[in-house]
Amino acid sequence: MSILVSQLSKNYGDAKAVDNISFEVHSGEILGFLGPNGAGKTTTMRMITCFLTPTAGSVQVEGLDIRTHSLEVRRLVGYLPEQNPLYLDMNVVEYLSYAAELQGVLKHRVSLRLREMVEVCGLGEMKHKDIGQLSKGYRQRVGLAAALIHDPRVLILDEPTSGLDPNQIVEIRSLIQNIGKEKTVVLSTHILPEVQATCDRVVIINRGKIVADSPIAELQHSMQGGEKVLLEVDTPAGSRFEAIALQLRVIPAVENVSLLAELDGRKSLSIETTGADIRKDLFRLCVEKGWTLIELHREKTSLEDIFRQLTSDQTK
Amino acid sequence: MSFSNVRTIFSKELRSFFNSPVAYIVIVVFLVILGWFFTSNLFIANISSLRTVFEMTPFLLLFFAPAITMRLISEEKKTGTLELLITKPVRESEIIVGKFLAAWALYVFTLLPTLCYYVIVSMIGHLELGPVVGGYLGLLLVGGVFLAVSIVGSALTENQVVAFIVSFLIVFGLFMLDKVLIYLPVSLATVFEYISVDYHFSNIARGVIDSRDIIYYGSAITFLLMLGTAILQKRRWS
Repeated sequence: MSILVSQLSKNYGDAKAVDNISFEVHSGEILGFLGPNGAGKTTTMRMITCFLTPTAGSVQVEGLDIRTHSLEVRRLVGYLPEQNPLYLDMNVVEYLSYAAELQGVLKHRVSLRLREMVEVCGLGEMKHKDIGQLSKGYRQRVGLAAALIHDPRVLILDEPTSGLDPNQIVEIRSLIQNIGKEKTVVLSTHILPEVQATCDRVVIINRGKIVADSPIAELQHSMQGGEKVLLEVDTPAGSRFEAIALQLRVIPAVENVSLLAELDGRKSLSIETTGADIRKDLFRLCVEKGWTLIELHREKTSLEDIFRQLTSDQTK
Repeated sequence: MSFSNVRTIFSKELRSFFNSPVAYIVIVVFLVILGWFFTSNLFIANISSLRTVFEMTPFLLLFFAPAITMRLISEEKKTGTLELLITKPVRESEIIVGKFLAAWALYVFTLLPTLCYYVIVSMIGHLELGPVVGGYLGLLLVGGVFLAVSIVGSALTENQVVAFIVSFLIVFGLFMLDKVLIYLPVSLATVFEYISVDYHFSNIARGVIDSRDIIYYGSAITFLLMLGTAILQKRRWS
Protein backbone atom coordinates (compact mmCIF):
# COMPACT_ATOMS: atom_id res chain seq x y z
CA MET A 1 0.00 0.00 0.00
CA SER A 2 1.48 3.28 -1.03
CA ILE A 3 -0.93 5.79 0.48
CA LEU A 4 -3.41 4.98 3.19
CA VAL A 5 -5.93 7.67 4.10
CA SER A 6 -8.20 6.80 6.98
CA GLN A 7 -11.05 8.80 8.44
CA LEU A 8 -9.43 12.01 7.41
CA SER A 9 -11.16 15.30 8.20
CA LYS A 10 -10.25 18.94 7.85
CA ASN A 11 -12.29 21.85 9.13
CA TYR A 12 -11.79 25.48 8.24
CA GLY A 13 -13.55 27.16 11.14
CA ASP A 14 -17.03 25.67 11.07
CA ALA A 15 -16.87 24.56 7.45
CA LYS A 16 -15.96 20.95 6.82
CA ALA A 17 -13.71 20.91 3.77
CA VAL A 18 -12.95 17.21 4.08
CA ASP A 19 -15.31 15.04 6.06
CA ASN A 20 -14.15 11.67 7.31
CA ILE A 21 -12.80 10.18 4.10
CA SER A 22 -10.88 6.93 3.71
CA PHE A 23 -9.22 5.49 0.65
CA GLU A 24 -6.03 3.78 -0.36
CA VAL A 25 -3.69 4.01 -3.29
CA HIS A 26 -1.74 0.94 -4.32
CA SER A 27 1.89 1.08 -5.37
CA GLY A 28 2.37 1.77 -9.06
CA GLU A 29 -1.20 2.90 -9.56
CA ILE A 30 -2.45 6.09 -11.19
CA LEU A 31 -5.39 7.28 -9.16
CA GLY A 32 -7.74 9.94 -10.47
CA PHE A 33 -9.07 12.18 -7.75
CA LEU A 34 -12.20 13.62 -9.18
CA GLY A 35 -14.70 16.16 -7.95
CA PRO A 36 -16.36 19.46 -8.68
CA ASN A 37 -14.48 22.63 -7.73
CA GLY A 38 -14.46 23.13 -3.99
CA ALA A 39 -15.11 19.47 -3.22
CA GLY A 40 -12.03 19.09 -1.05
CA LYS A 41 -9.52 17.68 -3.53
CA THR A 42 -6.84 20.27 -2.91
CA THR A 43 -7.31 20.16 0.85
CA THR A 44 -6.88 16.38 0.85
CA MET A 45 -3.74 16.59 -1.27
CA ARG A 46 -2.33 19.31 0.96
CA MET A 47 -2.76 17.03 3.92
CA ILE A 48 -1.05 14.11 2.18
CA THR A 49 1.87 16.40 1.30
CA CYS A 50 2.15 17.74 4.89
CA PHE A 51 1.19 21.30 3.92
CA LEU A 52 -1.85 21.19 6.18
CA THR A 53 -2.36 19.22 9.36
CA PRO A 54 -5.58 17.19 9.50
CA THR A 55 -8.25 18.05 12.04
CA ALA A 56 -8.81 14.33 12.56
CA GLY A 57 -7.81 11.03 11.03
CA SER A 58 -4.52 9.90 9.63
CA VAL A 59 -2.54 9.55 6.43
CA GLN A 60 0.26 7.09 5.87
CA VAL A 61 2.60 7.34 2.92
CA GLU A 62 4.66 4.20 2.32
CA GLY A 63 3.88 3.22 5.90
CA LEU A 64 5.01 6.54 7.39
CA ASP A 65 2.57 8.72 9.28
CA ILE A 66 2.39 12.35 8.14
CA ARG A 67 2.30 13.64 11.72
CA THR A 68 5.16 11.69 13.24
CA HIS A 69 7.37 11.32 10.16
CA SER A 70 6.60 14.52 8.32
CA LEU A 71 10.11 15.13 6.96
CA GLU A 72 10.49 11.53 5.77
CA VAL A 73 7.10 11.65 4.02
CA ARG A 74 8.05 14.89 2.29
CA ARG A 75 11.26 13.24 1.10
CA LEU A 76 9.24 10.44 -0.55
CA VAL A 77 6.65 12.64 -2.20
CA GLY A 78 6.87 14.80 -5.29
CA TYR A 79 4.18 17.46 -5.36
CA LEU A 80 2.87 19.77 -8.03
CA PRO A 81 0.50 22.23 -6.34
CA GLU A 82 -2.57 23.73 -7.96
CA GLN A 83 -1.77 26.73 -10.19
CA ASN A 84 1.85 25.51 -10.37
CA PRO A 85 3.60 28.25 -8.37
CA LEU A 86 7.19 28.93 -9.51
CA TYR A 87 9.96 31.43 -8.87
CA LEU A 88 9.62 33.49 -12.03
CA ASP A 89 12.96 35.28 -11.59
CA MET A 90 15.01 32.07 -11.61
CA ASN A 91 16.05 30.24 -14.72
CA VAL A 92 15.07 26.63 -15.27
CA VAL A 93 18.40 25.07 -14.30
CA GLU A 94 18.78 27.27 -11.21
CA TYR A 95 15.29 26.40 -10.07
CA LEU A 96 15.65 22.68 -10.63
CA SER A 97 18.95 22.51 -8.76
CA TYR A 98 17.42 24.54 -5.91
CA ALA A 99 14.57 22.03 -5.74
CA ALA A 100 17.04 19.14 -5.92
CA GLU A 101 19.17 20.48 -3.07
CA LEU A 102 16.15 21.07 -0.85
CA GLN A 103 14.87 17.58 -1.62
CA GLY A 104 18.16 16.22 -0.39
CA VAL A 105 19.49 14.91 -3.70
CA LEU A 106 23.14 14.10 -3.12
CA LYS A 107 25.55 16.73 -4.42
CA HIS A 108 27.23 14.56 -7.02
CA ARG A 109 23.89 13.33 -8.37
CA VAL A 110 22.29 16.77 -8.80
CA SER A 111 23.65 17.46 -12.27
CA LEU A 112 22.82 13.94 -13.43
CA ARG A 113 19.22 14.19 -12.21
CA LEU A 114 18.98 17.64 -13.73
CA ARG A 115 20.01 16.37 -17.14
CA GLU A 116 17.58 13.47 -16.88
CA MET A 117 14.66 15.69 -15.93
CA VAL A 118 15.42 18.21 -18.66
CA GLU A 119 15.29 15.33 -21.11
CA VAL A 120 12.23 13.55 -19.72
CA CYS A 121 10.22 16.76 -19.55
CA GLY A 122 11.46 18.12 -22.87
CA LEU A 123 13.05 21.28 -21.50
CA GLY A 124 16.26 21.17 -23.53
CA GLU A 125 15.88 24.45 -25.39
CA MET A 126 14.46 26.30 -22.41
CA LYS A 127 16.90 25.35 -19.70
CA HIS A 128 18.71 28.69 -19.54
CA LYS A 129 15.62 30.87 -19.85
CA ASP A 130 13.97 32.63 -16.93
CA ILE A 131 10.84 30.77 -15.87
CA GLY A 132 8.92 34.05 -16.17
CA GLN A 133 9.52 34.03 -19.92
CA LEU A 134 8.18 30.53 -20.49
CA SER A 135 4.74 29.66 -21.84
CA LYS A 136 2.25 27.96 -19.59
CA GLY A 137 2.92 24.54 -21.09
CA TYR A 138 6.64 24.82 -20.46
CA ARG A 139 6.04 26.13 -16.94
CA GLN A 140 3.96 23.04 -16.28
CA ARG A 141 6.85 20.89 -17.44
CA VAL A 142 9.21 22.79 -15.15
CA GLY A 143 6.80 22.19 -12.27
CA LEU A 144 6.65 18.48 -13.10
CA ALA A 145 10.43 18.27 -13.47
CA ALA A 146 10.86 19.87 -10.04
CA ALA A 147 8.36 17.46 -8.52
CA LEU A 148 10.25 14.53 -10.03
CA ILE A 149 13.80 15.73 -9.42
CA HIS A 150 14.44 13.49 -6.41
CA ASP A 151 12.92 10.43 -8.09
CA PRO A 152 10.04 10.23 -5.60
CA ARG A 153 8.10 7.05 -5.10
CA VAL A 154 4.84 8.96 -4.79
CA LEU A 155 3.72 11.78 -7.04
CA ILE A 156 0.86 14.09 -6.13
CA LEU A 157 -0.39 16.31 -8.94
CA ASP A 158 -3.08 18.89 -8.30
CA GLU A 159 -4.85 19.69 -11.57
CA PRO A 160 -1.74 19.19 -13.68
CA THR A 161 -3.41 20.12 -16.97
CA SER A 162 -5.53 23.11 -15.96
CA GLY A 163 -5.08 26.12 -18.19
CA LEU A 164 -3.23 24.29 -20.94
CA ASP A 165 -4.26 24.15 -24.59
CA PRO A 166 -5.45 20.81 -26.04
CA ASN A 167 -2.05 19.90 -27.52
CA GLN A 168 -0.25 20.64 -24.28
CA ILE A 169 -2.84 18.64 -22.36
CA VAL A 170 -2.14 15.58 -24.51
CA GLU A 171 1.60 16.03 -24.02
CA ILE A 172 1.39 16.39 -20.25
CA ARG A 173 -0.96 13.41 -20.03
CA SER A 174 1.38 11.13 -21.91
CA LEU A 175 4.22 12.40 -19.75
CA ILE A 176 2.23 11.48 -16.64
CA GLN A 177 1.41 8.06 -18.05
CA ASN A 178 5.08 7.41 -18.71
CA ILE A 179 6.00 8.46 -15.21
CA GLY A 180 3.13 6.44 -13.77
CA LYS A 181 4.61 3.19 -15.00
CA GLU A 182 7.06 3.16 -12.11
CA LYS A 183 5.49 5.42 -9.52
CA THR A 184 2.37 5.84 -7.50
CA VAL A 185 0.54 8.82 -8.90
CA VAL A 186 -2.46 10.68 -7.51
CA LEU A 187 -3.81 13.33 -9.83
CA SER A 188 -6.78 15.55 -9.19
CA THR A 189 -8.95 16.99 -11.87
CA HIS A 190 -12.45 18.08 -12.65
CA ILE A 191 -12.02 17.12 -16.30
CA LEU A 192 -13.51 13.70 -16.87
CA PRO A 193 -11.84 12.57 -20.11
CA GLU A 194 -8.55 13.08 -18.32
CA VAL A 195 -9.41 10.39 -15.83
CA GLN A 196 -10.53 8.04 -18.58
CA ALA A 197 -7.36 8.73 -20.52
CA THR A 198 -4.77 8.41 -17.76
CA CYS A 199 -6.03 6.70 -14.63
CA ASP A 200 -6.43 3.13 -13.46
CA ARG A 201 -8.78 3.94 -10.65
CA VAL A 202 -10.99 6.83 -9.69
CA VAL A 203 -12.08 8.29 -6.38
CA ILE A 204 -14.91 10.76 -6.71
CA ILE A 205 -15.29 13.28 -3.94
CA ASN A 206 -18.13 15.70 -3.41
CA ARG A 207 -18.63 18.21 -0.62
CA GLY A 208 -15.84 16.64 1.38
CA LYS A 209 -17.15 13.09 1.14
CA ILE A 210 -16.20 10.18 -1.08
CA VAL A 211 -19.09 9.20 -3.31
CA ALA A 212 -17.35 6.58 -5.44
CA ASP A 213 -14.12 4.59 -5.30
CA SER A 214 -13.52 1.94 -7.94
CA PRO A 215 -11.61 1.03 -11.10
CA ILE A 216 -12.95 3.02 -14.02
CA ALA A 217 -14.32 0.04 -15.95
CA GLU A 218 -16.14 -1.24 -12.88
CA LEU A 219 -17.61 2.14 -12.14
CA GLN A 220 -19.09 2.37 -15.62
CA HIS A 221 -20.47 -1.13 -15.29
CA SER A 222 -22.03 -0.65 -11.90
CA MET A 223 -23.73 2.55 -12.89
CA GLN A 224 -25.18 1.21 -16.12
CA GLY A 225 -28.51 0.43 -14.47
CA GLY A 226 -30.56 2.91 -16.47
CA GLU A 227 -29.59 2.31 -20.06
CA LYS A 228 -31.26 4.17 -22.86
CA VAL A 229 -32.05 3.20 -26.43
CA LEU A 230 -32.87 5.74 -29.08
CA LEU A 231 -35.28 4.58 -31.76
CA GLU A 232 -36.37 6.48 -34.82
CA VAL A 233 -39.04 4.84 -36.98
CA ASP A 234 -41.32 5.69 -39.90
CA THR A 235 -44.80 4.51 -39.03
CA PRO A 236 -47.92 4.62 -41.21
CA ALA A 237 -49.52 8.06 -41.12
CA GLY A 238 -52.08 8.44 -38.41
CA SER A 239 -50.63 5.92 -35.95
CA ARG A 240 -50.47 7.43 -32.50
CA PHE A 241 -47.58 7.50 -30.08
CA GLU A 242 -49.59 5.91 -27.29
CA ALA A 243 -50.38 2.90 -29.47
CA ILE A 244 -46.75 2.45 -30.41
CA ALA A 245 -45.62 2.83 -26.82
CA LEU A 246 -48.07 0.16 -25.79
CA GLN A 247 -46.64 -2.23 -28.35
CA LEU A 248 -43.08 -1.45 -27.24
CA ARG A 249 -43.90 -2.20 -23.65
CA VAL A 250 -44.57 -5.79 -24.63
CA ILE A 251 -40.78 -6.23 -24.60
CA PRO A 252 -40.07 -7.22 -20.98
CA ALA A 253 -37.00 -5.07 -20.41
CA VAL A 254 -38.68 -1.81 -21.42
CA GLU A 255 -39.36 0.45 -18.50
CA ASN A 256 -40.44 3.71 -19.98
CA VAL A 257 -40.99 5.17 -23.42
CA SER A 258 -41.01 8.83 -24.21
CA LEU A 259 -41.51 10.77 -27.41
CA LEU A 260 -38.66 13.05 -28.38
CA ALA A 261 -39.91 14.37 -31.72
CA GLU A 262 -42.61 13.66 -34.25
CA LEU A 263 -42.93 14.68 -37.88
CA ASP A 264 -45.82 13.18 -39.88
CA GLY A 265 -45.38 9.47 -39.27
CA ARG A 266 -41.74 9.65 -38.27
CA LYS A 267 -41.17 9.39 -34.56
CA SER A 268 -38.10 9.65 -32.38
CA LEU A 269 -38.45 7.66 -29.20
CA SER A 270 -36.33 7.33 -26.15
CA ILE A 271 -36.69 3.97 -24.45
CA GLU A 272 -35.39 3.38 -20.96
CA THR A 273 -34.53 -0.22 -20.15
CA THR A 274 -33.52 -2.22 -17.11
CA GLY A 275 -30.12 -2.78 -18.65
CA ALA A 276 -30.66 -5.73 -20.97
CA ASP A 277 -29.89 -5.22 -24.62
CA ILE A 278 -33.27 -4.91 -26.41
CA ARG A 279 -32.08 -3.85 -29.85
CA LYS A 280 -32.80 -7.22 -31.45
CA ASP A 281 -36.29 -7.26 -30.01
CA LEU A 282 -36.89 -3.76 -31.27
CA PHE A 283 -35.76 -4.71 -34.74
CA ARG A 284 -38.07 -7.73 -34.85
CA LEU A 285 -40.96 -5.65 -33.60
CA CYS A 286 -40.40 -3.09 -36.34
CA VAL A 287 -40.38 -5.80 -38.99
CA GLU A 288 -43.48 -7.38 -37.56
CA LYS A 289 -45.42 -4.08 -37.45
CA GLY A 290 -44.15 -2.85 -40.78
CA TRP A 291 -42.37 0.22 -39.38
CA THR A 292 -39.38 1.45 -41.30
CA LEU A 293 -36.37 1.57 -39.02
CA ILE A 294 -34.41 4.80 -39.48
CA GLU A 295 -32.13 4.80 -36.48
CA LEU A 296 -31.47 2.55 -33.54
CA HIS A 297 -28.70 3.01 -31.03
CA ARG A 298 -27.86 2.36 -27.44
CA GLU A 299 -26.54 5.14 -25.25
CA LYS A 300 -23.86 3.95 -22.84
CA THR A 301 -23.75 5.73 -19.55
CA SER A 302 -20.66 7.89 -19.85
CA LEU A 303 -18.39 8.85 -17.02
CA GLU A 304 -19.89 12.28 -17.28
CA ASP A 305 -23.34 10.96 -16.51
CA ILE A 306 -22.00 9.01 -13.56
CA PHE A 307 -20.20 12.08 -12.32
CA ARG A 308 -23.32 14.17 -12.61
CA GLN A 309 -25.46 11.54 -10.93
CA LEU A 310 -23.04 11.21 -8.05
CA THR A 311 -22.40 14.87 -7.46
CA SER A 312 -25.56 16.70 -8.46
CA ASP A 313 -28.06 15.32 -5.98
CA GLN A 314 -26.09 16.77 -3.12
CA THR A 315 -25.23 20.16 -4.51
CA LYS A 316 -27.89 22.67 -3.58
CA MET B 1 18.25 22.11 11.99
CA SER B 2 20.02 21.07 8.82
CA PHE B 3 22.87 23.36 7.90
CA SER B 4 22.76 22.42 4.22
CA ASN B 5 19.09 23.45 3.88
CA VAL B 6 19.86 26.79 5.54
CA ARG B 7 22.75 27.30 3.14
CA THR B 8 20.63 26.39 0.11
CA ILE B 9 17.92 28.88 1.07
CA PHE B 10 20.51 31.49 2.04
CA SER B 11 22.30 31.39 -1.29
CA LYS B 12 19.08 31.32 -3.29
CA GLU B 13 17.79 34.40 -1.47
CA LEU B 14 21.08 36.23 -1.74
CA ARG B 15 21.20 35.56 -5.47
CA SER B 16 17.65 36.79 -5.96
CA PHE B 17 18.53 39.99 -4.05
CA PHE B 18 21.17 40.73 -6.64
CA ASN B 19 18.90 39.68 -9.51
CA SER B 20 16.38 42.36 -8.63
CA PRO B 21 16.86 46.11 -8.96
CA VAL B 22 15.21 46.79 -5.60
CA ALA B 23 18.27 45.72 -3.64
CA TYR B 24 20.57 47.97 -5.67
CA ILE B 25 18.27 50.95 -5.30
CA VAL B 26 17.99 50.50 -1.55
CA ILE B 27 21.76 50.09 -1.17
CA VAL B 28 22.51 53.17 -3.25
CA VAL B 29 19.99 55.32 -1.40
CA PHE B 30 21.38 54.10 1.92
CA LEU B 31 24.96 54.90 0.98
CA VAL B 32 24.14 58.29 -0.58
CA ILE B 33 22.27 59.51 2.50
CA LEU B 34 24.91 58.18 4.88
CA GLY B 35 27.69 59.66 2.73
CA TRP B 36 26.07 63.06 2.68
CA PHE B 37 25.76 63.16 6.47
CA PHE B 38 29.27 61.86 6.91
CA THR B 39 31.04 64.33 4.63
CA SER B 40 29.08 67.40 5.69
CA ASN B 41 29.62 66.63 9.37
CA LEU B 42 33.27 65.81 8.89
CA PHE B 43 34.08 69.27 7.61
CA ILE B 44 31.70 71.24 9.81
CA ALA B 45 32.63 69.56 13.11
CA ASN B 46 36.26 69.14 12.14
CA ILE B 47 36.57 66.05 14.36
CA SER B 48 38.17 62.85 13.23
CA SER B 49 35.51 60.35 14.24
CA LEU B 50 33.02 57.98 12.66
CA ARG B 51 30.28 59.06 15.06
CA THR B 52 27.98 60.20 12.29
CA VAL B 53 28.14 56.78 10.67
CA PHE B 54 27.21 55.08 13.92
CA GLU B 55 24.50 57.60 14.77
CA MET B 56 22.88 57.74 11.36
CA THR B 57 22.94 54.06 10.42
CA PRO B 58 20.41 52.81 13.01
CA PHE B 59 18.12 55.61 11.89
CA LEU B 60 18.46 54.66 8.22
CA LEU B 61 18.01 51.01 9.19
CA LEU B 62 14.47 51.82 10.30
CA PHE B 63 13.64 52.06 6.59
CA PHE B 64 16.37 49.84 5.17
CA ALA B 65 15.59 46.70 7.17
CA PRO B 66 11.86 46.52 6.35
CA ALA B 67 12.57 47.49 2.73
CA ILE B 68 14.96 44.67 1.92
CA THR B 69 13.09 42.08 4.00
CA MET B 70 9.45 42.80 3.23
CA ARG B 71 9.15 40.46 0.24
CA LEU B 72 11.13 37.54 1.67
CA ILE B 73 8.15 35.58 2.96
CA SER B 74 5.11 37.64 1.99
CA GLU B 75 5.83 37.22 -1.70
CA GLU B 76 6.17 33.46 -1.35
CA LYS B 77 2.81 33.45 0.37
CA LYS B 78 1.23 35.50 -2.36
CA THR B 79 2.58 33.56 -5.34
CA GLY B 80 2.06 30.19 -3.66
CA THR B 81 5.72 29.18 -3.75
CA LEU B 82 5.61 28.85 0.04
CA GLU B 83 3.57 25.70 -0.57
CA LEU B 84 6.43 24.32 -2.65
CA LEU B 85 8.92 25.18 0.04
CA ILE B 86 6.91 23.80 2.96
CA THR B 87 6.12 20.52 1.21
CA LYS B 88 9.84 19.88 0.73
CA PRO B 89 11.75 18.18 3.55
CA VAL B 90 12.68 21.54 5.06
CA ARG B 91 11.91 22.76 8.55
CA GLU B 92 10.23 26.12 9.04
CA SER B 93 13.15 27.22 11.20
CA GLU B 94 15.55 26.52 8.33
CA ILE B 95 13.47 28.69 6.00
CA ILE B 96 13.41 31.56 8.50
CA VAL B 97 17.10 31.36 9.41
CA GLY B 98 18.19 31.01 5.77
CA LYS B 99 16.23 34.06 4.71
CA PHE B 100 17.32 36.04 7.75
CA LEU B 101 20.99 35.31 7.10
CA ALA B 102 20.59 36.32 3.46
CA ALA B 103 19.13 39.68 4.49
CA TRP B 104 21.88 40.11 7.06
CA ALA B 105 24.54 39.33 4.47
CA LEU B 106 23.07 41.94 2.14
CA TYR B 107 23.23 44.44 5.00
CA VAL B 108 26.88 43.57 5.69
CA PHE B 109 27.55 44.01 2.00
CA THR B 110 25.92 47.44 2.16
CA LEU B 111 28.06 48.47 5.14
CA LEU B 112 31.32 47.36 3.52
CA PRO B 113 31.80 50.53 1.42
CA THR B 114 31.53 52.65 4.58
CA LEU B 115 34.88 51.19 5.64
CA CYS B 116 36.43 53.72 3.26
CA TYR B 117 35.29 56.41 5.73
CA TYR B 118 37.57 54.75 8.24
CA VAL B 119 40.47 54.91 5.80
CA ILE B 120 39.78 58.57 4.97
CA VAL B 121 39.41 59.72 8.57
CA SER B 122 42.47 57.83 9.80
CA MET B 123 44.47 59.46 7.02
CA ILE B 124 43.56 62.99 8.06
CA GLY B 125 43.57 62.54 11.80
CA HIS B 126 44.03 60.16 14.69
CA LEU B 127 41.23 57.58 14.97
CA GLU B 128 40.93 55.22 17.90
CA LEU B 129 40.30 51.67 16.79
CA GLY B 130 38.23 50.50 19.79
CA PRO B 131 35.11 52.58 19.20
CA VAL B 132 35.25 51.80 15.48
CA VAL B 133 35.28 48.05 16.03
CA GLY B 134 32.62 48.42 18.71
CA GLY B 135 30.59 50.67 16.47
CA TYR B 136 30.58 48.25 13.58
CA LEU B 137 29.82 45.31 15.85
CA GLY B 138 26.95 47.30 17.28
CA LEU B 139 25.67 48.14 13.81
CA LEU B 140 25.71 44.47 12.87
CA LEU B 141 23.74 43.56 15.98
CA VAL B 142 21.21 46.40 15.69
CA GLY B 143 20.77 45.49 12.05
CA GLY B 144 20.27 41.86 13.04
CA VAL B 145 17.46 42.76 15.41
CA PHE B 146 15.77 45.06 12.91
CA LEU B 147 16.02 42.47 10.13
CA ALA B 148 14.67 39.75 12.41
CA VAL B 149 11.71 41.99 13.26
CA SER B 150 11.12 42.56 9.56
CA ILE B 151 11.22 38.81 8.84
CA VAL B 152 8.43 38.38 11.37
CA GLY B 153 6.53 41.23 9.72
CA SER B 154 6.93 39.58 6.34
CA ALA B 155 5.73 36.22 7.69
CA LEU B 156 2.55 37.81 9.01
CA THR B 157 1.02 38.89 5.72
CA GLU B 158 1.05 38.21 2.02
CA ASN B 159 1.05 41.92 1.24
CA GLN B 160 4.52 43.47 0.97
CA VAL B 161 3.31 46.98 1.79
CA VAL B 162 1.59 45.77 4.94
CA ALA B 163 4.75 43.84 5.84
CA PHE B 164 6.81 47.01 5.43
CA ILE B 165 4.50 49.13 7.56
CA VAL B 166 4.13 46.59 10.36
CA SER B 167 7.91 46.02 10.48
CA PHE B 168 8.61 49.75 10.38
CA LEU B 169 6.25 50.45 13.27
CA ILE B 170 7.84 47.78 15.44
CA VAL B 171 11.46 48.78 14.75
CA PHE B 172 10.50 52.42 15.18
CA GLY B 173 9.02 51.53 18.57
CA LEU B 174 12.19 49.69 19.59
CA PHE B 175 14.28 52.61 18.39
CA MET B 176 12.26 55.25 20.23
CA LEU B 177 11.99 53.44 23.56
CA ASP B 178 15.02 55.01 25.18
CA LYS B 179 14.12 58.45 23.85
CA VAL B 180 10.92 58.66 25.88
CA LEU B 181 12.47 57.51 29.16
CA ILE B 182 12.29 60.92 30.79
CA TYR B 183 8.50 60.85 30.59
CA LEU B 184 8.25 57.53 32.41
CA PRO B 185 8.27 56.49 36.06
CA VAL B 186 11.62 55.08 37.13
CA SER B 187 10.41 51.49 37.53
CA LEU B 188 9.13 51.38 33.96
CA ALA B 189 12.08 53.32 32.62
CA THR B 190 14.62 50.65 33.52
CA VAL B 191 12.58 47.99 31.74
CA PHE B 192 12.15 50.18 28.68
CA GLU B 193 15.81 51.03 28.73
CA TYR B 194 16.72 47.36 28.73
CA ILE B 195 14.38 46.58 25.81
CA SER B 196 15.57 49.57 23.81
CA VAL B 197 17.84 48.69 20.93
CA ASP B 198 19.60 52.02 20.95
CA TYR B 199 20.59 51.94 24.61
CA HIS B 200 22.63 48.76 24.14
CA PHE B 201 24.02 50.10 20.91
CA SER B 202 25.37 53.24 22.51
CA ASN B 203 27.18 51.08 25.07
CA ILE B 204 28.90 49.05 22.39
CA ALA B 205 29.57 52.07 20.19
CA ARG B 206 31.62 53.64 22.99
CA GLY B 207 33.95 50.69 22.56
CA VAL B 208 32.75 48.90 25.68
CA ILE B 209 31.80 45.40 24.69
CA ASP B 210 29.76 44.11 27.59
CA SER B 211 28.37 40.58 27.63
CA ARG B 212 25.01 41.96 28.79
CA ASP B 213 24.58 43.85 25.54
CA ILE B 214 25.67 40.91 23.43
CA ILE B 215 23.23 38.67 25.28
CA TYR B 216 20.48 41.22 24.74
CA TYR B 217 20.98 41.23 20.98
CA GLY B 218 21.51 37.49 20.75
CA SER B 219 18.37 36.69 22.69
CA ALA B 220 16.30 39.30 20.83
CA ILE B 221 17.31 37.86 17.45
CA THR B 222 16.74 34.28 18.63
CA PHE B 223 13.34 35.14 20.04
CA LEU B 224 12.26 36.91 16.87
CA LEU B 225 13.39 34.08 14.60
CA MET B 226 11.54 31.59 16.79
CA LEU B 227 8.47 33.79 16.55
CA GLY B 228 8.77 33.83 12.77
CA THR B 229 9.13 30.03 12.76
CA ALA B 230 6.02 29.70 14.92
CA ILE B 231 4.05 31.92 12.55
CA LEU B 232 5.03 29.71 9.61
CA GLN B 233 4.16 26.58 11.56
CA LYS B 234 0.82 27.95 12.60
CA ARG B 235 -0.45 28.11 9.04
CA ARG B 236 -0.31 24.33 8.81
CA TRP B 237 -3.14 24.34 11.29
CA SER B 238 -5.19 27.07 9.67
